[in-house]
Amino acid sequence: MIEVGDVLIETKDLRKSFGDLEVLKGINEVIRKGEVVAVIGASGGGKSTFLRCLNMLEEPTGGQVIFEGNILDAKSTNLNLHRQKIGMVFQQFNVFPHLTVLDNITITPILEKKVKKEDAEKEAYELLRRIGMEDKANEYPRKLSGGQKQRLAIVRAMAMHPDIMLFDEPTSALDPEMVKEVLEVIRELTRSGMTCVIVTHEMGFAREIADRVLFIDGGIIVEEGTPEEVFEHPKNERTKEFLSKVL
Amino acid sequence: MGLGPSIIDVFLEYWPIFLKGAIGTLRFSFIAVFFGSILGCLVSFLRLSKIKVLETVSSVYVTVLRGTPLLVQMYIAYFFLPIAFPIMNNLSKVTYVLIALILNSSAYVSEIIRGGINSVDKGQTEAARSLGMTAKNTMIRIVLPQAIKNILPALANEYIAMIKETSMAGTFMLYELMYTRVLLANKFLIWQPLFIIAGIYLVMTTVLTYGVRMLERRLSVSD
Repeated sequence: MIEVGDVLIETKDLRKSFGDLEVLKGINEVIRKGEVVAVIGASGGGKSTFLRCLNMLEEPTGGQVIFEGNILDAKSTNLNLHRQKIGMVFQQFNVFPHLTVLDNITITPILEKKVKKEDAEKEAYELLRRIGMEDKANEYPRKLSGGQKQRLAIVRAMAMHPDIMLFDEPTSALDPEMVKEVLEVIRELTRSGMTCVIVTHEMGFAREIADRVLFIDGGIIVEEGTPEEVFEHPKNERTKEFLSKVL
Repeated sequence: MGLGPSIIDVFLEYWPIFLKGAIGTLRFSFIAVFFGSILGCLVSFLRLSKIKVLETVSSVYVTVLRGTPLLVQMYIAYFFLPIAFPIMNNLSKVTYVLIALILNSSAYVSEIIRGGINSVDKGQTEAARSLGMTAKNTMIRIVLPQAIKNILPALANEYIAMIKETSMAGTFMLYELMYTRVLLANKFLIWQPLFIIAGIYLVMTTVLTYGVRMLERRLSVSD
């Protein structure tokens, strides 16, 4: 069993190139159980690629990703099994449009974890109740607002009982009035002790919920520390410059 | 020298022949697209596979069948297959032409399926895989159900195109609509059947095109 404070996911000299373009230039990072890590930085700096390497949606071109002691980029690793424990929430929601809200949540537990249909649905209703969407269970996603779609995407990932949740700019595609309701759900999640890595442009939110902030720029972690250290007393010139533009 | 009997007279007298021809056309087209779809499915999966050899082979297959005339393919099937594969000697002549039609259709269908699959947002696959869904389940449960919406109307259009293409099969004495021309030419009716044939093709393709448009509208409602 992994205890709070144990290493959950670790990257060693993580590199990723797209053709000639090297997007990640060697990232060494340790994320511990129960931590909430916010990843900030300018677009194109590699922060999303870093996040997407953590569950191998992007295959690293060098280095290692070690999740709960397993090297994910090893050929012998059963990636599907580990991905079940790494939830991910996307900027564009990516809910399944051909499935009802309920089926969006239950399809993977039933298919891949062999959970009984009644049990999966019971839990799905419980999750929907927590985000105030139980009345939408039998609707199709096209009837949902952006905020509702993103909340659905979050509980869909939660239904797999992940050990860690990855958020890739979860509010960037939302209308301003819907940002709050999604951030509220993420806030709840962090309070319940879920390990979270959040790539975000919401600096206020990052500052509020994060235990640790990473500033990624030019494919490396330029600066890291507590929100106070990074936001109030940045040491690096590039961090200062970035913060002066966004704050 | 007159023009001979009118188109209407010819049609009224010989309509059972035209009807049989039209049914033949619909049937051969259906067989070609139906089996072409099954084969085309396989070809498209090979093409989308990440195994380089399979990808290349299927890509060449599609390029050759789409890049050469169907009539040439029919001739090759008709004259070459029985010599090259003696086992096939016992097959009826119809079969060779049908094989050409099926192979030809499979190339087009495989492109339709590939296009349908590629039209599904990549984020759908990413979401499914990030939940831990296997590649197979992701394809069957997430991607294909969404792709089918684009694939079905295109398949129906392929069927409509095939109705016109099968007219070439008449060259090989296959009893389809165009073949009725040969039957009536024996009765010295040359030009009337051609207009009747053209009219029947037009009615078939127009009606079916309208049907496809209805289908598209129904499918897009679920968006």
